[in-house]
Amino acid sequence: MNYFVNEKGYYGDFGGAYIPEMLYPNVEELRQNYLKIIEDESFQKEFHQLLKDYVGRPSPLYLAKRLSKKYNANIFLKREDLNHTGAHKINNTIGQILLAERLGKKRIIAETGAGQHGVATATVCALRGLECVVYMGEIDIQRQAPNVARMKMLGATVVSATSGSKTLKDATNEAMRDWINNPVDTHYIIGSVVGPHPYPDMVALFQSIISEETKKQLIEQTGNDQPDYVLACVGGGSNAMGMFYHFIDDEKVKLVAIEAAGKGVDSGFSAATTALGKEGVLHGSRSILMQTEDGQVVEPHSVSAGLDYPGIGPQHAHLFKTGRGKYVSITDDESLQAGLLLTQMEGIIPAIESAHALAYLEKMNFKGGENVVVCLSGRGDKDMDTYMKYFGL
Amino acid sequence: MNRIKKLFQEKKDILSIYYTAGYPNLGDTVAIAEELERSGADLLEIGFPYSDPVADGPVIQASSKQALDNGMDLKLLFEQLKDLRKKVSIPVLLMGYVNPMLQFGVENFCKACAEVGVDGCIVPDLPMVEHEELYEPVFAKYGLSNIFLVTPQTSEERIRKIDNLSNGFIYLLSSSATTGKNLQVSDTTEAYFSRIASLKLQNPTMIGFGISSKETFDKACKYANGAIIGTAFVKSLSADDVQGSVKQFMKEFKP
Repeated sequence: MNYFVNEKGYYGDFGGAYIPEMLYPNVEELRQNYLKIIEDESFQKEFHQLLKDYVGRPSPLYLAKRLSKKYNANIFLKREDLNHTGAHKINNTIGQILLAERLGKKRIIAETGAGQHGVATATVCALRGLECVVYMGEIDIQRQAPNVARMKMLGATVVSATSGSKTLKDATNEAMRDWINNPVDTHYIIGSVVGPHPYPDMVALFQSIISEETKKQLIEQTGNDQPDYVLACVGGGSNAMGMFYHFIDDEKVKLVAIEAAGKGVDSGFSAATTALGKEGVLHGSRSILMQTEDGQVVEPHSVSAGLDYPGIGPQHAHLFKTGRGKYVSITDDESLQAGLLLTQMEGIIPAIESAHALAYLEKMNFKGGENVVVCLSGRGDKDMDTYMKYFGL
Repeated sequence: MNRIKKLFQEKKDILSIYYTAGYPNLGDTVAIAEELERSGADLLEIGFPYSDPVADGPVIQASSKQALDNGMDLKLLFEQLKDLRKKVSIPVLLMGYVNPMLQFGVENFCKACAEVGVDGCIVPDLPMVEHEELYEPVFAKYGLSNIFLVTPQTSEERIRKIDNLSNGFIYLLSSSATTGKNLQVSDTTEAYFSRIASLKLQNPTMIGFGISSKETFDKACKYANGAIIGTAFVKSLSADDVQGSVKQFMKEFKP
């Protein structure tokens, strides 16, 4: 089974480029150039240099001893939270800014949910001196105030998306509109493995550094680069795709993707896409999305702004449909409790997104001795307000 | 002969009007069509609403949201259009995004269009290659035209391909933009329109996006077989007096 993109831009039944003609030249320019540019030696050199000296990679693979004892397995945390700007998002924005420069673009736009991708984009724009405009849902602007302030300090213009649910989906619509209206000089840094081909493949490539490092680190620490399980949270799914990437063809490694069930899968306030969604087209690709019978996109809910998205990337849809990945969900309450647990057992405050992945450990039954890698995609500083309100701190 | 072909053979300076089905009131769809024909429109584009219309500006997006809140969906739209051809004789196109069409089923959609007398479709985010490989035979089976868009950035090779796949007209975007911007005929747009004219395409062309007044309409007609008005018309509709507002709007164009 081929789990990667084919020459037409599809992953099995999913993917493609469902875009209005106004975006065709931009997307086609990217499609024709992205692999050539990324595979170029000078690009690779600059990319890896920045990941090392600026982002702080490799990120550690940390054996969480107390957590391991509790769950009767070796729980390794891939510490993307220790990256500069606090999440895995910077791996992708470093890659895309170098790409944008090589395409001669002068202006960068992005969408953001939790603000992590917005901060990561504003950061690389500051680093390279490019104009930056970040679209963010009005509601997310309110619940992620520290990240909004960071973006502004980094010189970005933050534009409030006021349509629809006023969250990530609508920020994405606004960013696409901006791109349509500014087709020549602007590069759109999409923050997840979503969007028209080649974005899902390109973002996965940049994030694949996560599993590339993990394999090396597992050999050093366990003598074996095959863990039994790999876990990661999924909104659009970029940290999960980076965490899965180099394990996808190794069918011995079980891939577990954790979606946000919100207040419960059937509560009407959920973002559990594979549980609630069906096949359709959103934001430029054919995937699985939450929608009405008439094909209208349903507004999702999650306590975590980064998982509050009604779709998943097309490669995830393919892994789900073929059964290669197991897709499960965790509620708001379960994730917040798991966030507190990690904080108190290991001294690490995780992003609520990552806490969803951690919460699933509670539902697994380990025989003992299994090696489990959880992608700790981001840190919880940005979520302190939510934690404070929930736990009455 | 297909209504679209006939129209382009018989008329010049064709005025096409876009509006959103189910807006401003759920039951207005056919009444607006009738009034538009009476007031002199040559061609109609009825939008079926979608929750995430990325190619549209704020005015049309808001009308889509209102239509959805009113309860519009494709099933209801086809029910409303059942008696369309008893009341309206000009060509009618449906315009919307690919996801609602896919959920309805492309074959069902085309069949329903043919049954109610819709002549063609405009689906901006349906990739040309997908249409070519999967849906072209279905559209042909039901005698429907699929209208493609061309922007100032579209290459000649691609325009030729679009021309070969088209059987109605080609929708020229005045600029690469979402709907609702004003048409500015600058040297660059003029060069673009002239470039298109010099290609001697098999299909007629209509200019859309940014046509809001008689002046911009006349300008556009210099370069194409006609022009399409969307945002300006949708903006002018009054929920309390739909017929009156249509008449009022059309006065400027067909006094």
